[in-house]
Amino acid sequence: MTQTTADGAPLIEARGISKYFGSVVALEDVSMDVRAGEVMCLLGDNGAGKSTLIKVFSGVHPPDRGSLLVEGEEVSFSSPRDAMDRGIATVYQDLAMIPLMGISRNFFLGREPTRGRGPFRRFDVKFADRITREQLRRIGIEIRDTSQPVATLSGGERQSVAIARAVYFGAKVLILDEPTSALGVKQASIVLRYIARTREQGIGVVFITHNVHHAYLVGDRFTVLNHGRSMGTFERQEIGLHELERLMAGGAELEKLEAELSGGGE
Amino acid sequence: MTNAATSGERLRRAGALQRWLTRPELAAVAGAALVFAFFAVVAGDSGFLTLGGTASYLEVAAQLGIVAVPVAMLMIAGEFDLSVGSMVGAAGMIIAISVAEYGWPLWAGVLAAFAAAVLVGLFNGYVVIKTGLPSFIVTLGMLFALRGLTIGFARLLTGRTQIGGLDEAAAGGVLAPLFSGTIGPFSVTVLWWVLLAVLGTWVLQRTVFGNWIFGSGGDPVAARNVGVPVNRVKITLFVCTALSAALLATIQVLDAGSADVLRGTLLELQAIAAAVIGGVLLTGGYGSVVGAVFGALIFGMVSQGIFFTGINTDWFQVFVGVMLLVAVLFNNYIRKRASEAR
Repeated sequence: MTQTTADGAPLIEARGISKYFGSVVALEDVSMDVRAGEVMCLLGDNGAGKSTLIKVFSGVHPPDRGSLLVEGEEVSFSSPRDAMDRGIATVYQDLAMIPLMGISRNFFLGREPTRGRGPFRRFDVKFADRITREQLRRIGIEIRDTSQPVATLSGGERQSVAIARAVYFGAKVLILDEPTSALGVKQASIVLRYIARTREQGIGVVFITHNVHHAYLVGDRFTVLNHGRSMGTFERQEIGLHELERLMAGGAELEKLEAELSGGGE
Repeated sequence: MTNAATSGERLRRAGALQRWLTRPELAAVAGAALVFAFFAVVAGDSGFLTLGGTASYLEVAAQLGIVAVPVAMLMIAGEFDLSVGSMVGAAGMIIAISVAEYGWPLWAGVLAAFAAAVLVGLFNGYVVIKTGLPSFIVTLGMLFALRGLTIGFARLLTGRTQIGGLDEAAAGGVLAPLFSGTIGPFSVTVLWWVLLAVLGTWVLQRTVFGNWIFGSGGDPVAARNVGVPVNRVKITLFVCTALSAALLATIQVLDAGSADVLRGTLLELQAIAAAVIGGVLLTGGYGSVVGAVFGALIFGMVSQGIFFTGINTDWFQVFVGVMLLVAVLFNNYIRKRASEAR
């Protein structure tokens, strides 16, 4: 694997990771890394092992074999909190925000700013509102009222706010679990645009998706998983969209389908 | 730099009026105003509007409100406590038996009642967290068990289910004015209610813990993912609901000079009704303390207002039932508006 995007040790690196659930091989000898200021796309069909791999990165599952390195240093996470403390933030597709809670309350949930001391220590609502408004403006979402429920935001905006939150709280590596797959074209484009912007801030992004078109729009490198095994990591310039698609679907299978359909149709 | 992201999206507007129209307590506030207007017109001449009439419905509202405030907060955190009514009966008997039968000083009896409440709250909370069973079931069990224990022990220890003769113990000391005193025409109960309402609102709206309450009820998994100690939040609130029941029991015992094992029967459902009328969502994550306060106020006004109208008070529950349905329908409509893209 050639280094072109950044120098120094990768932000996170997986070396020969294997993970088994009973007799099921979820991951077998998978290696990948993410550098600062790049979007690394993790591609694969359903059941390819994408979710398992990011759960290893985010501290949910310890790997059965292989090692995990953060900025060149070997680590073992015992909980998601450990990973968060090392600057690895995961934004889950549907669990990113709490719909009926206000936007600024959501933004600071679990990390509320406070003022005052002792029994008068309180949630600094003004500060939370101001920062939330600022951060949302940076993504291009103008809101009049930061206490309006998150449910009033569109799906794409919600994902973007969740990403903005992770960035604001100092994420160095951002793991995005299928951030665009539940969204329409227009909503997905909001998120993709924001992913590209996050990269410009020097953050390493792991973009998990099964949508090659979305991945190819923002990705710098692509790691393709198939049945728990890595099909390789590719630089953007060395692989085309069509080739990626072929790899993901297991190549031969898709070609067979193509031949079948073109042969059957008039 | 580029405004491409905004141009595609409509700019959101939320004026002051719109904001107010989507508050969870809107139905309760409007309902309270309506109910007040109704009884002012119908029963205004027969005493509803007098100071005495006001004091009487505020007393009923306050007694319910003291429990409804923490019950609403627990519901916002996503859990029910159906054992508060039984807790009122139990706490009252603990005070009465320890003071009247065993000659404890009043403060010790009250302390014992509050200690028992903490234990019941912790038990409810731990069982809900550890078993993962719905709190509806766990506290329903507690509703029966605690009432049964109260009746059983009362008969075992005293041979009776009602204990009187506490007037003397209640009269002296500092505790009496604290729990059964009066301020002008109003009883001190109203002050406790207001105090708890202010405290509850402050905690819910202005503290970190309050934010955790919303998070725990809104989506416990998502809240845990961002580091909210969901279990601690819920257990704390279970203790608070039980403590509020003990407070109400203390007020009732000192006020009446007696205790009855059946005190607080159905209170748990009235408290839930007050919270729901006040805009608290049954599934958690949404609502306000102010709403529950107005829910309790409606309860008080209807129960006493009917008396002033001269209508047979048997009809009181019909009123409550209809109001509950109307309020919930209205609240659903409000919430839908609040969560739709504006």
